[in-house]
Amino acid sequence: MNILDPIGPIGVADKTLLIDSVVIMLVIILPTMAAIFAFAFWFRKSNSRAVYRADWAESGRIELVVWSIPTLTIMLLGGVAWIGAHQLDPAVPVDGTGTPVRIQVVSLDWKWLFIYPDQKIATVNTLTVPLGAPLRFELTSGSVMNVFFVPQLGSMIYTMNGMVTQLNLRADREGNYQGLSAMLSGDGFSDMVFDVHVVSALAFPGWAAEAGRGDHILNSDSYAKLARQSVETSKISYRLADPELFGKIATQEIAPGPGPELSTISEKADNGAGHAR
Amino acid sequence: MLGKLSWAAIPLNEPIPLVTGAVVILALLAILAWVVIAGHLSYLWREWITSVDHKRIGVMSILLAAVMLLRGFSDAIMMRAQQAIAFHSQGYLPPEHFNQIFSAHGTLMILFVAMPFVIGLMNLVVPLQLGVRDVAFPTLNSVGFWLTATGALLVNVSLVVGEFARTGWLPYPPLSELTYSPGVGVDYYLWSIEISGIGTLVAGINLVTTVLKLRTTGMTYMRMPMFCWTTLASGMMIIAAFPILTATLAMLILDRYFGFHFFTNEAGGNVMMFMNLIWAWGHPEVYILVLPAFGIYSEVVSTFSGKPLFGYRSMVLAVMAICVISFMVWLHHFFTMGAGPDVNAIFGIASMIIAVPTGVKIYNWLFTMYGGRVRFTTPMLWSIGFMITFLLGGLTGVLVAVPPADFLLHNSLFLVAHFHNVIIGGVLFGAFAGYTYWFPKAFGFRLQEGWGKAAFWLWLVGFYVAFMPLYVVGFLGMTRRMQHYDVPEWRPWLILAAGGAFLILLGIICQIMQLVVSIRHREELRDLTGDPWDGRSLEWVTASPPPAFNFAIMPDVSGMDAYWTMKQHAREQGLEHDQRAYRDIDMPCNSPTGFVCAFFATVMGFALIWHIWWMVAVGGIGAFATFVVFAWRDRDEYVIPAAEVARLDRVNLEQRRAALSLVGSV
Repeated sequence: MNILDPIGPIGVADKTLLIDSVVIMLVIILPTMAAIFAFAFWFRKSNSRAVYRADWAESGRIELVVWSIPTLTIMLLGGVAWIGAHQLDPAVPVDGTGTPVRIQVVSLDWKWLFIYPDQKIATVNTLTVPLGAPLRFELTSGSVMNVFFVPQLGSMIYTMNGMVTQLNLRADREGNYQGLSAMLSGDGFSDMVFDVHVVSALAFPGWAAEAGRGDHILNSDSYAKLARQSVETSKISYRLADPELFGKIATQEIAPGPGPELSTISEKADNGAGHAR
Repeated sequence: MLGKLSWAAIPLNEPIPLVTGAVVILALLAILAWVVIAGHLSYLWREWITSVDHKRIGVMSILLAAVMLLRGFSDAIMMRAQQAIAFHSQGYLPPEHFNQIFSAHGTLMILFVAMPFVIGLMNLVVPLQLGVRDVAFPTLNSVGFWLTATGALLVNVSLVVGEFARTGWLPYPPLSELTYSPGVGVDYYLWSIEISGIGTLVAGINLVTTVLKLRTTGMTYMRMPMFCWTTLASGMMIIAAFPILTATLAMLILDRYFGFHFFTNEAGGNVMMFMNLIWAWGHPEVYILVLPAFGIYSEVVSTFSGKPLFGYRSMVLAVMAICVISFMVWLHHFFTMGAGPDVNAIFGIASMIIAVPTGVKIYNWLFTMYGGRVRFTTPMLWSIGFMITFLLGGLTGVLVAVPPADFLLHNSLFLVAHFHNVIIGGVLFGAFAGYTYWFPKAFGFRLQEGWGKAAFWLWLVGFYVAFMPLYVVGFLGMTRRMQHYDVPEWRPWLILAAGGAFLILLGIICQIMQLVVSIRHREELRDLTGDPWDGRSLEWVTASPPPAFNFAIMPDVSGMDAYWTMKQHAREQGLEHDQRAYRDIDMPCNSPTGFVCAFFATVMGFALIWHIWWMVAVGGIGAFATFVVFAWRDRDEYVIPAAEVARLDRVNLEQRRAALSLVGSV
C-alpha cells in the first residue's frame, strides 16, 4: 500500500512531484529552523556577550529578503503545481501497450462493483487488470460519495451519484495489491477494501472468460440486491447481462441505494455492521 | 407529545456513553450542590452568569473551551486506542460508535475548544490593549457566549440522549441526508452549530466594532498591538464566513426537515455544492483561529525578547493579505473531485501564496528575537515550540496544495497529521501561550512555572510522537476514519501514535496540576505591579485583576508599545506624582439576557432535534420575549462615583510603587 513504492507511471509521477516539492521546501525550512534555535539560544538573557538592541525593529533590507525568500520558493513550487496538475490530470489518457481496458467502477454501500463492458463481466471487491495496458476508469456511485484509491497505482478520485468521473492509470508490475475507499461512507466504510490483481497481458483474456463463466448474472435485479447496505466478503464475479447498466446507474435511471432499511436491521447486524436504531 | 423522543433514545445497552454520561451528570450535580450549599449561587449569578464585563465573559469562554478540551481529548484517546487495537479485529468500538466519536472530536475541538479559547482571549485582552472600558456591545457579548455554550451543551447531551452525527465533523451529503442518516445524530450537529454559530457571529461583530470604534486617545491603527490587528482580521473573517456556514447548514436542514433537494442524490440536488459552500466557510475558519494565535505569539515574542516586534508594518500587511487570500482557496479541499487541471492548478497556487505572508511572519518573529534578551518563560517556550512545529505543518500544507501530491495524500492520515500539526502546533500552542501570559492579568497571580514547563515538554514531545507516525501511515496508504484494518505495516505506527496521545494526556494532567498548585500558592505568585512580565502594551498599565472599569483614567497613547514608552519615560523622569482628575464612570448594568436567551435556545434546539413542535414554540417565544424585555429596559448603565474610582486607583498605584521600588532596590 506504500505510495512511495508505486507500480505504474501515474504513481511514479505523483511520487516524484511529492518528493521534489518536499526537497524544494526543505531548502528554506531547515535553515530557518536552525536560525530559530540559534537566535533563541544566542540571545538568551543570561548571555552577556550578546548585544542587546532594545529598539531595533526595522530593516528594509531584511524585510526585502524575508518577503523574497518565500515568494521565490512559491513561484518555483507554483510552476511545479501548474505543470503537474496538467500532466497528471486524471482525465488525460495514459500510454501503454495493447488495447486500453475500460473499467466502470460503482461504489456501493459498502462494496466496489467493477464492470468490464468490453469483456461483458463484472466483479465485486476484486479488480483484475492486465500488465502494461492503459486502464480507463469511469466512476460513479450507487449511493453516497466515496473515493476510489489504489495507493500503489497513483491518483485517487471521487465517485458521486448522478455523475461520472474519469481516471486513467497503468500497472507495470505483476502482483497482488490492495485498494480502498478514501471517503467515509457509513458504518461499513472500513470494509470497502478491494484486491487488485495485476496479471500478464496474456493471462487477462483467460481470466475474463473464466470470470464470465459462473452462474451469476448482473442485471437490474441482481444489482438492486447488491445495492442494499451490506458488507461483502465473498468475491463474486458476474456475467454482464445489461451492457447499459453503468449508464443507467450514472444517469439515475436506476435509483440510488436505499440506505438503512429498518426491516433489515437484524440482517445487517449479522454482517458486523449494525445500526444503532 | 414528545416527538421522536422515547426511552429507546437512552443507550442503555452501550456501557461507554452511559457510564461516561452518568459520571458527568453526577459530577455536575455535585458541583451544583456544593455551589448551592456553600451559598455561592448568588455570587455566581451576580458576578459571572449575568456579567457583561468583557473580562468575565472572556474567562468563562476559556473555561468552556478547557472543559470541552477534556471531552474532545477523551474522544481522541478512544480513537487512538481503537486504531491501535483494531488490527484484524473489530476493536472495542463498533463502527456506529467509532464514527460518532471522530465526528464529535472534530466538531468539539474546532468549534467548542479552539473557537471559544481564542474568542475568550480576544474578549479578555483586546479592550485592555486598546485602552478602553468594555467592548462595543457588552450585553450582546454575553448573549454570544451563552449561545456558544448552548451549542456545546447540545453536543454533549447527544452522548446520553440519542446519538451524535456519524458523518465526520463536516457532514458531507448525501451521507448526511435523511436517506442515509435517518437518526437524530446529524440534527444534533446541525442545531448545535446553527445556534453556536450565531454566538460566534455576534462575537465577531462585537470585536470588529470595538477595534474600529473604541480606541483610546492616540491609539491610531498603526499603533495598535499586533493582537488587536489579528483580532480585527479574524473578526472580519467571522463576519464574512459564518453566515455561509449558517446558510449551508440551513439548506441541509431544509433537506432533512422539509424534503428539499439542495444536496440530495435525487431531484437535481448537488453534493458538490455542499462541499464548495462548507469549505468557503471551512478554510477561512482555519485562519479565523490561527490569526489570533499569530497575534499572541507576536505579543509574547516581543515581550520576552524585550524588543518591539520586528517589521510591524510587514506584519500588518501579512495579516491583512491572509485575511483576503484565505477566502480564495477553498477548492484545495477537494482536488480529487475531478475538476479540470486549470481549476486545480489555480487553487493550488492560490493556496501556496498564503504561505508567503505566513513565512514572513515566522521571519519577523525570528528577527524580533535577534538582538533581544530572550527569557524562556512558559509562554515563550510555547512560542518557540510553535515556530518549529508550524514550519513543518506549513511544509506538509504546501505539499498537499500541489494537486498531484494531493492525489496521493487526500483524506489520508497524512492529511490528518497535517491539520493537527497546524491546529495543535499553531492554534492550541498559541492559546496556551496566551493563557499563561494573560492569566496573571485576569486573576492577579501568575501560574506556577515548573508545572507549566513540564506540560509544555509533554505536549511538544507527545505531539511529535502522536502525529509523526500518522504522516508515515499516510505514506503507507492508510485513509482516515478507519474503524478496523488488515494491513500489518500500519499497526506499529498506530500503537506508537497511541503512545503519543498518552504523553499528551500527561501534559494535560500537568496543566491541571499547574492550575491547582498555582491557586494554592497564589499569595507567593501574586502580581502586585499589574506588570509581571515587563510588558509593552496597555493591558499591563492597570491593576491585576483590572477593576470593572479597566482604567481609572483613560490612557493617552503617544507611540507604539504604549506602556513600554510610558515606563521609559517614568524611568527617566521619576514616577509620576501628578494629581489625577478622577471622574464618575458609567458602566453597563449586568443582565441575565444572555443566559435566559441561551436557556430558551437550548430548549428550542433540543425540541427541534426531536421534533417536539410545541416545545419549539415555547423556546422560540421565550427567547424572543427575553429580547423584548431587554429592549424595553429603563436603565442600562450604573455610575461608579469618582471617589470610588479614586480610592481603587490609589490602592493600585500604592501597590505598584511599592513593588517597583522594591524591585529597584534589589
